[in-house]
Amino acid sequence: MKNPDRKKFLDIMLGAGATAWLASILYPISKYLIPPSVPDSNVTNVDVGSITEFPPNSSKIIRFGRKPVIVIRTKEGDFKALSATCTHLDCNVQYKTDTEQIWCACHNGFYNLEGTNLSGPPPKPLAQYNVRIANEKVIISSEDMS
Amino acid sequence: MKLYDWINERIDLDSAVKFATKKQVPVFYGTVWYYLGGVSLFLFIVQVFTGILLILYYQPGATTAFESVKFIVSKVSFGWLIREIHSWSANLFILFIFLHMFTVYFAKAYRKPREITWYSGFILLLLAMFFGFSGYLLPWNELAFFATKVGSDIAGAVPIVGDFLLKLLRSGDEVSGATLTRFYGIHVAVLPLVFTLLLGLHLMFVQLQGMSVPPEQENLPHDKRKYMPFFPNFATRDLLLWLIVLNVIALLAVFFPWELGQKADALASAPAGIKPEWYFMFMFQTLKLIPAHVWFIEGELFGIMMFAIAGLIWFLVPFLDKKANQGKRSLFWKFVGIFAIVFIAGMTIWGYSV
Ligand code: HEM
Ligand code: FES
Repeated sequence: MKNPDRKKFLDIMLGAGATAWLASILYPISKYLIPPSVPDSNVTNVDVGSITEFPPNSSKIIRFGRKPVIVIRTKEGDFKALSATCTHLDCNVQYKTDTEQIWCACHNGFYNLEGTNLSGPPPKPLAQYNVRIANEKVIISSEDMS
Repeated sequence: MKLYDWINERIDLDSAVKFATKKQVPVFYGTVWYYLGGVSLFLFIVQVFTGILLILYYQPGATTAFESVKFIVSKVSFGWLIREIHSWSANLFILFIFLHMFTVYFAKAYRKPREITWYSGFILLLLAMFFGFSGYLLPWNELAFFATKVGSDIAGAVPIVGDFLLKLLRSGDEVSGATLTRFYGIHVAVLPLVFTLLLGLHLMFVQLQGMSVPPEQENLPHDKRKYMPFFPNFATRDLLLWLIVLNVIALLAVFFPWELGQKADALASAPAGIKPEWYFMFMFQTLKLIPAHVWFIEGELFGIMMFAIAGLIWFLVPFLDKKANQGKRSLFWKFVGIFAIVFIAGMTIWGYSV
């Protein structure tokens, strides 16, 4: 090579050109692969039915916006509403009527009715929702009412 | 053989035939191991055939997938057979790839000059597992729905790129009909293409380099080593075995059918007995045993890191095992292999017994 500087210059130009070319293809593809995020439907209240649909010591999973929420009626007749999404790996939890605890079948995680993680792999407590009874109807809300 | 001559004049068939007949397969106690890769290849061909047949009736989508598989198994003539063969062959496929990999490992076939064959084989295993993971969701039943939630959530725990990976896999934040469409595309278009290309390379390396023998055989004097021609001796045995495997699959399909189960419901509690396909069980079981926090990191992240490191070491074995390149066996890598088998088998059995 007669002129090493010239070769170096050409190498750099070629490398930079190839990189820019690749980026201009990969960038739109990587963006395309992630779907546009659907704005949270701003749900703050959900009417989940009349009290009579919840016998004591029972539960039901309902949809709160896009999230599943478990509504529990305790043996004493109180209502609890908690996120139904296990904080471990995303399974839906269930209410265990015999021990009156919340149980995740996927990896045997336990929570109490306040959502506190008791045993098993769950690293965090379940988020709590507010429950209000109005005209015999059970209403779940996410806003802080205290 | 007019046709043969006609083609031969144009693209030199003679040299291909010469290559196949000249190719020698070493005969010794380990000759049986050479069949395992071939069986894996056959099972992949079975998957492509039955998979294409399933596409004819399968309809992706949260409201149609489960129903269409039900339709295949209950209404379409021999639909049950096609689905059962696809499911059974999928499982045997992974099993045989594992067996193939471990025999190759202990025979030290990854040593120079076959490093790239090992690397490509390892990636083929990962792709095959991804084939299984993506196919598992397609019938859209409860077990698969929650197994996919868990599996993709684990991907989401990967540092830095986790969020991107999760959205990439799920096509959004939740496992939904959009996830199903995406998995379908991956399962029937992306993976078959990538897998076929890589498999072609893998087989080409094997053809170009010939069969490897363990170091002890290589060190034997020439007159002590025996061979058989690949064509027709070994190839006929291959074919016979493929026929037997196909019969075994048919028997399994008829007598041990895979349940379709309940349709997935995003508002149902995960039922007891959620488990991934058996080849993910050892990882699943390990994650289950790791406490919520290890030192200051979350348990699942710790588990992922451990498996990533172990996988990387396994992948890089040709590079790390310096003794193998000198045609020697090292005790250390022997124990690594034995540990891997004991760990995988032990965790899998444990996972099924609780
Ligand atoms: C070109 C290749 C392939 C095509 C076109 C294909 C196509 C399909 C289709 C349409 C389904 C949905 C129908 C159903 O669920 O029964 C399916 C399911 C499935 N596939 Fe494949 N597949 C291919 C290769 C593979 C491979 C290599 C594996 C191996 C690991 C695999 C594993 C599965 C599994 C486990 C299911 C779920 C079966 C069930 O429970 O019904 N597939 N495949
Ligand atoms: S997902 Fe609930 S314990 Fe693992």
